[in-house]
Amino acid sequence: METKRMAIIATKGTLDWAYPPFILASTAAALGYEVQMFFTFYGLQLLKKDLSGLKVSPLGNPGMPMKMPFGPKWFKGVNWNIPNAVQALVPGYENLATSLMKQTIANNGVASIPELRELCVEAEVKMIGCQMTVELFGFDHREFMDGIEYGGAATFFEFAGETDICLFI
Amino acid sequence: MNHDKELDARGLNCPLPILRTKKSLSELGSGQILKISATDPGSVKDMQAFAKQTGNELLSTAENDDEFVFLMRKG
Repeated sequence: METKRMAIIATKGTLDWAYPPFILASTAAALGYEVQMFFTFYGLQLLKKDLSGLKVSPLGNPGMPMKMPFGPKWFKGVNWNIPNAVQALVPGYENLATSLMKQTIANNGVASIPELRELCVEAEVKMIGCQMTVELFGFDHREFMDGIEYGGAATFFEFAGETDICLFI
Repeated sequence: MNHDKELDARGLNCPLPILRTKKSLSELGSGQILKISATDPGSVKDMQAFAKQTGNELLSTAENDDEFVFLMRKG
């Protein structure tokens, strides 16, 4: 049986949007796919050595439930509908939302992003950083994990053109 | 049915039960059987899909209380 291949372009740099690319890449690798991930624009944040800066923002995100990861069951079920104007004005609101989300993630037995990324590395998922964005955002290669390559759109197509599944996330 | 190895994936959520299953199977020889315990309700369908795509055989799926037990034979 010929090896299936999947390519993913990861373009988002928040804690919530870090999940889909790493979940799909690690699972595809477990299913025997050869996987390549191309990280561009905000997606480059997912390649940082230190991933503790990833945050989630409920501001302007009506799809995100705001529920508490602790307390009795009825309390956990309450969806805190906090107006955007309040979210924008309260200092540290994003940090609070991020730590609540991390707690919810842990409570539900969902892997952390560093753990999922490590599983991808172990499964030999190839990761490529967009060199143009590195320069555009004034990043330094030393900020990113070791063992990744840097390239541009043509580098992505070299692999993507021969894939069974190709996703833009 | 006898098994050669056990994997406790209880409390873990998607995609960890599948990733751990893949890892545990890699430590077995062809024809050997892995017993997997899980609590993720999504794992029922995922284990079937995993087996189908990887050439391993899902011998059985059992549910008791909120726990699922799978037996998978390595292909």
